[in-house]
Amino acid sequence: MKKHMKLVLFIPLIIGATGCASLGVEPWERDLLAKDEMSLNASPVDAALDDHIYFSKEASSGGKGFGGGGCGCN
Amino acid sequence: MNHKTDKNNIKAALTLATAALLGTSSLAQANTTSTASVDESTWEFDSAILFYSEVDRVSAGEAIFSAKKTFANDEILNLKLTIDALTGASANGAVAQPNVQTFTRPSGNGQYTIAAGDTPLDDTFHDTRVQFNGQWTQPIAPNYTASGGVHISKEYDYLSLGINGNLAFDFDRKNSTFSAGFSYFIDTFNPEGGLPKALSSMLIGDNGSSNSDDDDDTSPIWDENFAKTRMGSEDDKTTTDILLGFTQVINRRMITQFNYSYSVVDGYLNDPFKVISVVNGNTGFTQDNIYESRPDSRVKHSVYAQSLYHFDSTVLDISYRYMWDDWEITSHTIDTRFRIPLGDAFGTESYLQPHFRFYQQNAAEFYQPFLIDGATLPTYASADYRIGEMSTFTVGLKYGLLVNNGHDLSFRLEYYRQAPTDGGFDAPGVLNEVDLYPTIDAIIAQVTYSF
Repeated sequence: MKKHMKLVLFIPLIIGATGCASLGVEPWERDLLAKDEMSLNASPVDAALDDHIYFSKEASSGGKGFGGGGCGCN
Repeated sequence: MNHKTDKNNIKAALTLATAALLGTSSLAQANTTSTASVDESTWEFDSAILFYSEVDRVSAGEAIFSAKKTFANDEILNLKLTIDALTGASANGAVAQPNVQTFTRPSGNGQYTIAAGDTPLDDTFHDTRVQFNGQWTQPIAPNYTASGGVHISKEYDYLSLGINGNLAFDFDRKNSTFSAGFSYFIDTFNPEGGLPKALSSMLIGDNGSSNSDDDDDTSPIWDENFAKTRMGSEDDKTTTDILLGFTQVINRRMITQFNYSYSVVDGYLNDPFKVISVVNGNTGFTQDNIYESRPDSRVKHSVYAQSLYHFDSTVLDISYRYMWDDWEITSHTIDTRFRIPLGDAFGTESYLQPHFRFYQQNAAEFYQPFLIDGATLPTYASADYRIGEMSTFTVGLKYGLLVNNGHDLSFRLEYYRQAPTDGGFDAPGVLNEVDLYPTIDAIIAQVTYSF
C-alpha cells in the first residue's frame, strides 16, 4: 500500500515536470476559472462546518487543509 | 430602493463594528461607506447557521460569522467567529445487555440507567464552544504569497490554541502553484470529575445521594473511592501538521489539486468519557466496565486530490482522500458536488447543488468492541466506534440564489448515516442478541447568507 502512496505522491511531480508546456491557460482564457464556483474552496463556510462534523464523528481529518486540534469532540 | 439602502446600512454598520473591534484606521473609510455607495472591495461577510441532529443522540447548533477585507495591495485579512452548542447523548462505549445497566456519570456525581437491549448512551453532555480564527495573507515577492493565522477555541472543559503558516509559489503564468504549510495546536482538557486512570474500573454503586441527579450530595466514602479511579484533573496534547500542496490548471475548464499532509499528535489521546465492557467469555454478560486506554501518540498521513470541471454551464467538484496512520487505521473519502445553474427560472439567478460523500475506515489495531473477562488485559484498548470499522455516507442538496445587491443566500439539507460494521469479533452468549454495531442517522440543515 505504501508503494502505491508513493506513486500517488509522484503524480503531481510528473505533471509538474512534464506537463507545463501543454497544460495551463493564457491569462485571457481564465473566464471560467475566475468564477467563484471554480475555486478549489468555493464554499469555505460549508467546508468549515463539514470539517467539524466529520472530525468529531470519524477517525480521519484534514487532507484538504490542516486537520489538527480545535475541539474536545474527538 | 429602501431595501437596498437598509442592506447597505447593515453592511456599513458591520464594517464599522468590525473596524472598531480591530481598532484599525479603516474606521474613517467605513464611515464614508455608510453615506456613499458601498465599495464592494471593502469587506465581505459570510454568516451561517447550522443544525445537526442525530436520531435519539446528539443535537448541535453552530453559527459562523466570517469577515474578509481585501486591501489595495492584495493583502487579505480574514476574521472568523464560530459558536456552537451541543446537547444530547453519546455512546459511552459499553455494549448493550439483555438486562438494565447502571453507569456513573463522568463527574462522579450521579448515575444513569440504560434499558435492556439499548446501546448505552451517556446523556450528560452539554457544551458550548466559542472559536476565533484570524488569518493574514499577503504577497511577499513576485509569485510568492505568505499567510499566517491564529486559532483560539474554548469550551467549558477544553481549550485549544493554534498557529499556522503557509507559503505559496506560483509559476508557469500562475497555472501551477506549490505550497507548503504548517500548523501547531496545543489543547488542554480538564473534564469535570477529572481524568480516569486508563483501564481502571468504573465505580458503580451507592454514592450516598438520595437523589442521584443532585450534584455535590455524594458520600465522603464514595468521593474517596471515585478519586482512586482518577489520575489528575487535566492533561494536554499537541498536534503538528505539515501540508504540501500542488495546484495545476489543466485547461480553460479544469483545475486540479494534490496535497500530502503529515500530522503528529502527542499527549493525552484518550476519550475520558469512554469505557469498554469486560464480558464473560461464555455467557456474554458484562462483568465490569473499564476506562479506555489509547497510545499517547499518533502519526497520520494523508494524500488528497481534488478536481473541478466546468461543463457548458454546470460545475463538477470531486475529491478523494486516502488516510493512513500508525494506529493502523486507513480510510477512503470521496466527496463530490455538482452545481447546476437554474438561470432566472425563479425570478432571480439561482442554482441547485447535489452533494454526495462516501467514507470508509477500518479499525485501529487496539479497537475492541468488548473485552473477555479473565483474558490478559491489553495495554491499549478502546471500544469507541469512531475508531472501529465503519462506513458512512452523506447525501444532500443545496439551493442558492442571488438576492438584492448580488448577495448570496443558500439553504442546505443533508442526510448523514454512520454504519459501524463487525470487524470480525466473535460475540459470546447474549451479545448475539443485542445490536453491537448500531447505525446512527443524522440530519444537517444550514442557512448561509453572504454579503
